[in-house]
Amino acid sequence: MLYREAGDFKTSYVADGQTFPIWFDRMRYYAVLAIAFGVIPFFVNDYYANAVLLPFLIYSIAAIGLNILVGYCGQVSLGTGAFMAVGAYAVYKLMTAFPEVNLFFHVLLAGGITAFVGVMFGLPSLRIKGFYLAVATLAAQFFLVWLFNRVPWFYNYSASGQISAPDRTVFGMLVSGPNAEAWAKYMFCLVFTVGVAFLARNLTRGMQGRQWMAIRDMDIAAEIIGVNPLRAKLMAFAVSSFFIGIAGALFFAVYLGAVEVGEVFGINKSFLVLFMIIIGGLGSIFGSFAGAAFLVLLPVLLKNVLVGGLGWPTDLAAHVEFMIVGLLIIVFLIAEPHGLAQLWRVAKEKLRLWPFPH
Amino acid sequence: MNAQMHPQDGYTTADGRNIGPVLMEMRNITLRFGGVKAITDISFDIREGEIRAIIGPNGAGKSSMLNVISGFYVPQDGEVWYKGQKRPPMKPFQVARLGIARTFQNIALFEGMTVLDNVMTGRLNHMKSGLIAQAIWKGRAEAEEVANREVVEKVIDFLEIQAIRKTPVARLPYGLKKRVELARALAAEPSLLLLDEPMAGMNVEEKEDMSRFILDVNDEFGTTICLIEHDMGVVMDLSDRVVVMDYGKKIGDGTPDEVRSNQAVIDAYLGVAHD
Ligand SMILES: Nc1ncnc2c1ncn2[C@@H]1O[C@H](COP(=O)(O)OP(=O)(O)OP(=O)(O)O)[C@@H](O)[C@H]1O
Ligand SMILES: [Mg+2]
Repeated sequence: MLYREAGDFKTSYVADGQTFPIWFDRMRYYAVLAIAFGVIPFFVNDYYANAVLLPFLIYSIAAIGLNILVGYCGQVSLGTGAFMAVGAYAVYKLMTAFPEVNLFFHVLLAGGITAFVGVMFGLPSLRIKGFYLAVATLAAQFFLVWLFNRVPWFYNYSASGQISAPDRTVFGMLVSGPNAEAWAKYMFCLVFTVGVAFLARNLTRGMQGRQWMAIRDMDIAAEIIGVNPLRAKLMAFAVSSFFIGIAGALFFAVYLGAVEVGEVFGINKSFLVLFMIIIGGLGSIFGSFAGAAFLVLLPVLLKNVLVGGLGWPTDLAAHVEFMIVGLLIIVFLIAEPHGLAQLWRVAKEKLRLWPFPH
Repeated sequence: MNAQMHPQDGYTTADGRNIGPVLMEMRNITLRFGGVKAITDISFDIREGEIRAIIGPNGAGKSSMLNVISGFYVPQDGEVWYKGQKRPPMKPFQVARLGIARTFQNIALFEGMTVLDNVMTGRLNHMKSGLIAQAIWKGRAEAEEVANREVVEKVIDFLEIQAIRKTPVARLPYGLKKRVELARALAAEPSLLLLDEPMAGMNVEEKEDMSRFILDVNDEFGTTICLIEHDMGVVMDLSDRVVVMDYGKKIGDGTPDEVRSNQAVIDAYLGVAHD
């Protein structure tokens, strides 16, 4: 009943262009924000923060970043893990070099450094496309991980070769290191996630987003309307890497606390985030969230049900997870390239017209 | 009007429209693809406010000529003059910034975007807000979006595509796609509009609609148009002056009547069957 456009006429182009044009959607969005900021922090415990909330928030940022490059601009990348590593190492170097500075700014700066690195590795995209570009980003993936492993300066000459996050505060609140509390870490990540989603949504609905989609859909026609292809692609690499760098910085500094680069930011991470946007929906901010939620929750769910409930061995449950994810990737790639977001949209479309579909 | 006419002079058409000085001039253009000569030493001009047609049999080099104008092909020889200045070699996106818009023989729309977004892309060169302003949205970017949306809505009204505004382009039939592509080009408010076979593959009714739109664009906005067309009837009705090409050479240039009575043209083009 409530879910209607009828009677909700758009009287201006501003109203017509807004993110949630239907009143009900808008209210639900405010409700989600209110719960995320006003309710969850009071109830969050270490288990939920570490198993669900922090990875969900951080992967959402990474997925939004990758979606801008792949889903909106059509440039395939397999370097997400390495770009997250750049963010992680950048924030580590900044945290240890300038301990008195607010971690918030370190994370932003780490994103900026990653954006710069992303642009460097995006340069070949003017000449090479599709599969070949994917291979080039794969090279970036292996090169960067190798670099962080091999050059001791990056891990401050620590004996283990690992990096670990010291205690750092944001406006007096401890958010990193072993002593940080779950709610503080959660709030810190939430602010970044909401901020990134806001910026990404605005960029993709305006002229910059149209330029990216134009390049994705038909680069020749994009040029004829005045899109400078190199500039548009590098802009996508920059924005995408900025977000992915922020995700990497948070993943290390707030979520894990200690990182061995090959293990955490290897090629598996690149594929994981890519799978998130394929399952969630290419070219959709909402889809990035949906995909991140799905792939974060799936293993938790399987573990609770199969291992906890039915008493299966852990490794068997892990295999089942692989199979489910693999199957879903194939199904979504073939049947619904726009992912969960599109299924959601179709369901809403039906609901909007219900009960008179014609 | 004839070849001796001064570039600064205009002329008055039979139906009483005033045509201005030369807007674009192609001088001795030669374009080769390996051994294939697509264009051989062709010169012609396009004047402000006129509808200029390029006709010729398949493979005559017509599309290649438009591609030279819009910067996709760089001619081996010859000069392109625009608004009284010699144009240096340019990329297509730079040509777009000069106020030259076009459509393609094979539709080149952004299939994953809605009609509205496709037409909005035509406003690119009129929108100045940077990355940061767009990311923040409120204020400058939003105001700019709304102002340009108004222009786009006028184009949408003009081409009578209001009903499909929010439809993804991939779902549209061929004739409507052609119209959306024209809308995108018009949204740029170009000073020169290039149309490569705007009526190809259309039925009679769609052709009539499209002819009307082309005439109205020229009439209401004074837009200079250069179009390629196969249908002789359409060309004769629409255009003020016609360039005739055959095997990459120019074999005729003048008003439709002059071209029709030109023996070389009759032999090469009008005499032979074409699709
Ligand atoms: N990119 C290219 N590479 C090689 N040859 C080309 C290329 N583009 C055009 N040609 C050749 O140049 C010649 C002119 O082609 P063009 O497309 O300009 O003809 P046209 O007059 O537009 O024909 P149609 O009426 O069929 O559209 C043809 O022989 C074509 O094969
Ligand atoms: Mg052609």
